[in-house]
Amino acid sequence: MTASFRFDPIALPPDCERLRGEVRAFLEAEASAGGWRPHGGDFGSRHSPEFSRRLGARGWIGMTWPRRYGGGERSFLERYVVTEELLVAGAPVAAHWIADRQSGPLLLRFGSEEQRQRLLPGICRGEIFFCIGMSEPDSGSDLASIRTRAVPVAGGWEVTGAKLWTSHAKRAHYMIALVRTAPAGEDRHAGLSQLVIDLSAPGLSIRPIRNLAGDTDFNEVVFDKVFVPSAMLVGEAGEGWRQVTSELAFERSGPERFLSTIRLLIELVRRLGADPEPRAAAALGRLAAHLWTLRRMSLSVAGMLQAGATPNLEAALVKDLGNAFEREIPEVVRLVAPGRRRAGANDALEELLAEAVLNAPSFTLRGGTREILRGIIARGLGLR
Amino acid sequence: MTDRLVDAAADRLFAGQVTPPLHAAAEAGTFPEALWRAVAEAGFAEALAAGAGLAGLPEAVAILRAAGRRAAPLPLAEAMLARWSLGAAGTDLPPQAVLTLAPVEIDERVAAERLANGWRLRGALSFVPWARAATHLVLVAAGGLFLLPAAGLAPRHDRNLAGEPRDHLALDAVAERLSLAAGRDPALLYPLGALCRAAQMAGALEGALALATQYANDRVQFGRPIGKLQAIQQQLAQMAEAAAAAGVAVDAAAAHIAAGGDAAFAAAIAKIRAGEAAGKAAEIAHQVHGAIGFTHEHPLHRLTRRLWSWRDEFGNEGFWALALGRRMAAQGAEAFWPAMTA
Repeated sequence: MTASFRFDPIALPPDCERLRGEVRAFLEAEASAGGWRPHGGDFGSRHSPEFSRRLGARGWIGMTWPRRYGGGERSFLERYVVTEELLVAGAPVAAHWIADRQSGPLLLRFGSEEQRQRLLPGICRGEIFFCIGMSEPDSGSDLASIRTRAVPVAGGWEVTGAKLWTSHAKRAHYMIALVRTAPAGEDRHAGLSQLVIDLSAPGLSIRPIRNLAGDTDFNEVVFDKVFVPSAMLVGEAGEGWRQVTSELAFERSGPERFLSTIRLLIELVRRLGADPEPRAAAALGRLAAHLWTLRRMSLSVAGMLQAGATPNLEAALVKDLGNAFEREIPEVVRLVAPGRRRAGANDALEELLAEAVLNAPSFTLRGGTREILRGIIARGLGLR
Repeated sequence: MTDRLVDAAADRLFAGQVTPPLHAAAEAGTFPEALWRAVAEAGFAEALAAGAGLAGLPEAVAILRAAGRRAAPLPLAEAMLARWSLGAAGTDLPPQAVLTLAPVEIDERVAAERLANGWRLRGALSFVPWARAATHLVLVAAGGLFLLPAAGLAPRHDRNLAGEPRDHLALDAVAERLSLAAGRDPALLYPLGALCRAAQMAGALEGALALATQYANDRVQFGRPIGKLQAIQQQLAQMAEAAAAAGVAVDAAAAHIAAGGDAAFAAAIAKIRAGEAAGKAAEIAHQVHGAIGFTHEHPLHRLTRRLWSWRDEFGNEGFWALALGRRMAAQGAEAFWPAMTA
């Protein structure tokens, strides 16, 4: 009887804890120098190119990448420590987040030498920002059904179509878009390719979309015969599906999948005081146990990524459990926080709670819906 | 041996010997002597005692997980804990001695009165695991440790939901007080007991998940295996999540404690997480199995009845959540995240 998933135990080496100390000191200095107001429900809503540049100057973007591309050649575990500390502090990480987590590693794995030299050093400096172009108006969870087309033209491709739910497209420089370069045959995953698209290219327009929380972080990006030079094809034409799925373990297992509402949880601890009533104490203890466990699961995936594995099943397990956890925090807080009343805009807990409640529906949608993740898990168990 | 190799070796032993007839006999009241001898010969009962301090905990947890996977009807966790607490004082005991410990109820105390020839120990002890099968009882009283031969204790037989012996004792005995081995504080037995039950649950969760997955692939309804139905897939995915989380919580807690971390803190986490997973996973396992899983004939209940029992033993998830929550609250908001990463 062997389980179909495995989470190798991982212990952070001592140099990780030294690094953690450095990051905490940096964040304290940043906070006292003006800082930011942490968001209650969306790790990706605080966007600051200046902060990203300062982070880049510390060597904390592209940390694991080769030095020749501006990276730090540090371990995934060191990167993990930096990202979790940034998230818990509620730091404004949105500008560089996608490039650091996903676009850079994709280019390192599949990109051309020219693409790497041209793009990676700027990412590491916190100067080049990326967004993801996967979903479309008629393609959400069914990603293989995308219709944005790239047709070969002299010197490159001509892209026509639209991408949807693209976070921070207006403030990013490039999108890595999944597009159809050949018709789907028997295999609907065939004929897909990934292109790096310059968001300032002619024919490209970006329309912000207001979400229910009132924010306009995400966008629709429309392509009307946008020219993309052939040098901007990532990897092989027709290999887009395989390349995209290789990103998923990076996209789904990180601490941002369970820390979206951590500031609210910490504020709850503050509000409860040293001697809470039993119902509140038990609720807090339960959440702490879940958090501690989720973090170890997520760290374990980081360790497996470090070892060169592709733990997509484990990443799906972490994300689905993590999303349920971060979604539950506001539900617990509203029931057990003492002295709750509409205290106006100045009450820290109420503000964080409102943001958490309003943003919670997105947790189990972005980066793979709950249903898609559970389908992946079921397949990993040997069902289907 | 790495913990993974330990797990594999233990899994082979239990898979080979824990058979349906053995389960039937154990539930009818026969102690599985041959299985216990094999376990003793493999050195499993001494896995925790063998290391310095609590260094043996990851290996002990790996063995308990393998035992839980097959619902092995043995007082293995109890023997591990008893031998650990005895330290050097336990080395004279024969390897096949069946040890258990008491009290296991958090609110029970044994009165200890000093006499000229030792200590008189009196108290009512409930749900002592496997007392009827034990050769020795390790007793915690007045902050000290006592070793009693179990013959003559005359336990009143009782059982947990899984039919495992949980007996009651009206204790009145005289025993020598043992000197405590360094680093083996009897007060740790309760949280360590909780972690052991969590490890057993993590194993039983794996076993139940394997059964449910197999059943979903085999059982045909509406012209296809029910495992092809999304409604079933989504449920089994959640069961896998519960099993995975319990396993990680247990392994990480054991590693944390073995490295010198706080036992009550990490054991609380493991028991909360595994206890919660047990309820959810057992419910899904039965739903997927349908009526056949509700029969005595089908093996699923050997795992699920243990999950329902073990989640309540050595403090259920409510007990530990309260303890952990009070601790986190007392430390304050600024200490919350550092405690998660320590």
